[in-house]
Amino acid sequence: MKFQRVKALTSKEIKKTIREPAVLFMIFLFPIVFVLAFGMSFGGLGGSTQPVYALGVVNMDQQNTANYTLHFIDALSATKILSVQIYVDNQTAQDDLSQGKVQAVMLIPDGFSQSLVSYNAVPDDPSQWVNVTVSLYLDKGSIVATQAIPPIIQQVLDTFTNQDRQTVLTPVSLQIASYVETKQTSAFEFMAPGMFTFASIFLIMMVAQSFTQDRENGMMKRIRTTPTTPTEFMTSQIISYMLIALIQAVLVFAAIHLIGFKPNVDFSAYALAFVFVLIFSLSNVGFGLITATVAKTSNAATGLSFLFVLPQLFLGTFVGASLSSAAQTASKFVPSYYVTDALTSLFLRGAHVTSQTVLFDFATVTASCILILAAGIILYAKYYRI
Amino acid sequence: MDKFAIVMEDVVKNFEDVTAVNHVSLHVASGELFGLLGPNGAGKTTTVNMLCGLLKPTSGSVFVGGYDVQKENVKVKELIGVCPQETATYPYLTGIENIELFGNLYTLDRKTLSARRDMLLEKMGLAQDAKRKVEKYSGGMKRRLSIILALIHNPQIIFLDEPTIGMDPQSRRAVWDFMQELKREGKTIFLTTHYMEEAEILCDRVGIIDYGKLIAVDAPKKLISKYGVANLEEVFIKLTGRKIREEV
Repeated sequence: MKFQRVKALTSKEIKKTIREPAVLFMIFLFPIVFVLAFGMSFGGLGGSTQPVYALGVVNMDQQNTANYTLHFIDALSATKILSVQIYVDNQTAQDDLSQGKVQAVMLIPDGFSQSLVSYNAVPDDPSQWVNVTVSLYLDKGSIVATQAIPPIIQQVLDTFTNQDRQTVLTPVSLQIASYVETKQTSAFEFMAPGMFTFASIFLIMMVAQSFTQDRENGMMKRIRTTPTTPTEFMTSQIISYMLIALIQAVLVFAAIHLIGFKPNVDFSAYALAFVFVLIFSLSNVGFGLITATVAKTSNAATGLSFLFVLPQLFLGTFVGASLSSAAQTASKFVPSYYVTDALTSLFLRGAHVTSQTVLFDFATVTASCILILAAGIILYAKYYRI
Repeated sequence: MDKFAIVMEDVVKNFEDVTAVNHVSLHVASGELFGLLGPNGAGKTTTVNMLCGLLKPTSGSVFVGGYDVQKENVKVKELIGVCPQETATYPYLTGIENIELFGNLYTLDRKTLSARRDMLLEKMGLAQDAKRKVEKYSGGMKRRLSIILALIHNPQIIFLDEPTIGMDPQSRRAVWDFMQELKREGKTIFLTTHYMEEAEILCDRVGIIDYGKLIAVDAPKKLISKYGVANLEEVFIKLTGRKIREEV
């Protein structure tokens, strides 16, 4: 492989991204404008007041020995984004929900504390755990509530199951106090990790357009008359789009930071977040190649790319904060879900870079992205010689 | 280099139920300027694509520079320069950037690339516009740039597929002069065109292809004399009963 060729082709691709207004907008400006607009709507940008959502809580837990339920409710209140109202029965709570007096109702089931006790007794042996389900009823008429409340509750719940296995477990009450986020947290901050993922997804469209355009204008054929090998060509494309994804991530992060998302994590968490984005860009190149294989023209490629863009967007980023159970199952099959999950663990749950959750996400993202890239290259090479 | 720069032996190319090239055999000598003439759809570009290794013949053998195009593709690519029929250039790059990209694909060193780039820009009359983005170029300028891209690495065998189509007479004349200069340097040039005047002026020999079949091969003057007509256009009419440019 000749580095001179790879460098020349990579430089060409970067120049294309910077010089073509439509590409520049879609890759860099659109994510930043989106983040800023989103920040104005849901975050602290522009001095907007913090939204507070009314959450009704029905406590059905009968456990008295280690009362996790009270700690859980305290932790929810401490987020200051939820105004917790306690109900003695579910019917009253549901009536208030239907009348719009609260935006969500949460049922804490009997056995909730027992479940956490069993978890803390043997945190690494799920077969010994008592499983319970916390039911959540949401105001369907409030799009904001359905988007914002589930991830907030999920994050608080996560602090009880100690996402960072590197930390030695301490007595329950103290451990909870140390993990609960007490600072004022906006809905925007809960969605910020998904925004990193969001920006990179549009690379699918760019890759598909780039390959189909080069086919249409005869450049792909022309390059094939030179001694450039398929490996050199594909390497240049992958490097180009990884660089573009990196620049995107830096810009989006700067925009998010500007709005006020400043997670209190160390450098390794930031570094790993960027590594996740880089690896994720491989799957976007792969999906782009699959799209370019199917699409005959660049216009068709733009439309077809949404077949891959939308599932990644709705199932794997902040957009899917309140997915249906079917969609939650489907989300496990898109790489963006694992990227967002890992970034959420790192930035919001305070998980260590070597925690089980993050490592599992890393392995899943790496394996799936390499597979998708390989599938894209094989498919494209089968129908159009590189 | 071998006596023959290009050899085609009984080459057939089928696209599903269409035979684009039909049992063509052809020998082009090293240093020869050979013109392949024919109307659109006659099989000229398919022939060039097989010679460059872009298309695999359905049957028959193709040798360029003494190398089997299918088996020794990399060796062939190092020898040849190809100017395709489309004005294939990157519109978002400047003229210089396009040239340097292709120079780097042929792994030219910086000094050689710089010298070849400046010489070719001057010869093709693009020196003044070299730093402009190609999207601002006229059709003729893009075509001249496309020729530069094919020649940047100083190839021994050059394929020019309709290189002067759409050019103004002045630009066309400049390209003709340059082709003759390349021939004097000993380059082998394989030219496809449907401009009969171009073929008559430039080519040592021409081949006339129609419906995929090579129906005549000889020096332009010999063909004109053989068929007792005034020019190559009339040779084509005599052979096919049609005007070459009716279908253009």
